[in-house]
Amino acid sequence: MIIIITNTNLNTGTETSARADKRAFDELRNLKIEAGVLERADGSAYLEMGGNKVLAAVYGPRELFVRRLMQPNRAVLRCKYNMAPFSVDDRKRPGPDRRSVEISKITSDALSPAVFLEKFPRSTIDVYIEVLEAEGGTRCAGITAASVALADAGIPMRDMVVACAAGKSDGNVVLDLSEVEDKEGEADLPIAMMPRTGEITLLQMDGDLTEEEFQQALDLAIGGCKKINEEQKKAIKNRYGE
Amino acid sequence: MIFVEDKEIVIPGDILADEEYHSGRGTFKENDKVCSSLVGLVAIRDKKISVIPLQSKYIPKRGDVVIGEVTDIRFSMWNLDINSPYSGFLPASDVFGKEKRELNRTFDVGDVLFLRVVDVDEVKKVKLGLKGRGLGKFRGGILINITPTKVPRLIGKKGSMINMIKDQTHCEVIVGQNGVVWVKGEPSMERVAEKVINMIEDQAHTSGLTDRVRNMLAKLLGIEPEEAEYELGEPESVEESDELEISEEVEITEIIEISEESDELKKSEPPEEKEESKEDEID
Repeated sequence: MIIIITNTNLNTGTETSARADKRAFDELRNLKIEAGVLERADGSAYLEMGGNKVLAAVYGPRELFVRRLMQPNRAVLRCKYNMAPFSVDDRKRPGPDRRSVEISKITSDALSPAVFLEKFPRSTIDVYIEVLEAEGGTRCAGITAASVALADAGIPMRDMVVACAAGKSDGNVVLDLSEVEDKEGEADLPIAMMPRTGEITLLQMDGDLTEEEFQQALDLAIGGCKKINEEQKKAIKNRYGE
Repeated sequence: MIFVEDKEIVIPGDILADEEYHSGRGTFKENDKVCSSLVGLVAIRDKKISVIPLQSKYIPKRGDVVIGEVTDIRFSMWNLDINSPYSGFLPASDVFGKEKRELNRTFDVGDVLFLRVVDVDEVKKVKLGLKGRGLGKFRGGILINITPTKVPRLIGKKGSMINMIKDQTHCEVIVGQNGVVWVKGEPSMERVAEKVINMIEDQAHTSGLTDRVRNMLAKLLGIEPEEAEYELGEPESVEESDELEISEEVEITEIIEISEESDELKKSEPPEEKEESKEDEID
């Protein structure tokens, strides 16, 4: 866990955009979050972000039957990220692959610092992330949805976890990469953070950025996270009719 | 400095107050600030801030009365699911004493028992017992799961809510502290009670619930609301409006009260059942 304090002078969004979907450089895609969508799960959330449609379900804390995974002083947070075969243009072969195993792991690592795992020793909290439609940035969408689902399940947390990506596409540093920008762009920088303290719980980088661009992208992503966090809060409060 | 109001809905990470306030249940202190760790309602008592969760799991505590389902039979104990991260066990010696008997003749997998938590040890093994008034096996009836934190709300002040359901539906209702509710009565009445209990769970965080429950009961049972009203006078519903914030201490006494009450109600049944089952074994 790294604490990075940054000055948040973001682009104001006034520049005319050169992006494929006419967004400003610091503009997020359309975002919709709903909490408590699944009947049988302890907590759940549905998230739409641009063309992404993600469902997250949380079960637990519940009994852990795999003895060797059991921790005597805390709960284990198990995450499973899965893409539906119909979620991408070419049918994806169902089942876990190298990519989804990695994303499962980083999701668990991104969420763990926020959860009071020590309150439930010898038990497990299971998080399932199901990608129904993918359009770039599903790992961030998954983490954001999972955090809402965890809160919905009544699991004690230090803070919500929000994830958002920034990157470089067509020579510009931009926020919230779409699928095209991700594939054809120069760099992708997904981060997850706890907005209250500013602690970053996930930081990956794919591609090349100069130090300056990196700092710019990081600031952009942090700004995006804060905006998404507002939506998370609204989603939870909406569930209880506010 | 305080940043929230009483009964406001907060989410994890919300800053509630400055250092002059104490952090109660559902909150934690970080950098001299009291923060919420849960989704719940703020409860302010003097200088202590707590958050009452809207959703939770049951954590076993010594002395609680719970409803559990037998999941497995071992050599000398039953394993039970008590709707918690930790499963419970009931030692055979607790039921038979020193005698050796076949366990599955007494309680089989799938049986539902009303038990007391005897002990929770360091490795979170939950020892259950059947010693006590009214504890034993349930025959028939249905089970409804609710969030454990909403149990006090379902019971109401001095059992007002639960007694209203009992009176109106003529069902026996027993609430375990683990959020499992057992209801037995006419099948149609069981369904009415189930609907009402689920409604209470959904709306536990709102005020004026007793009146709505009364109206709903009247509607489901096909009685005019006026008729139903006289059974439980007005004053109770008035004082009940601010209820979800019952402090821990009150909660506990109320639950014990109701469990004893239900013991009385059940007094005739479970002991008989226990005897019955013992007879079975002799056969």
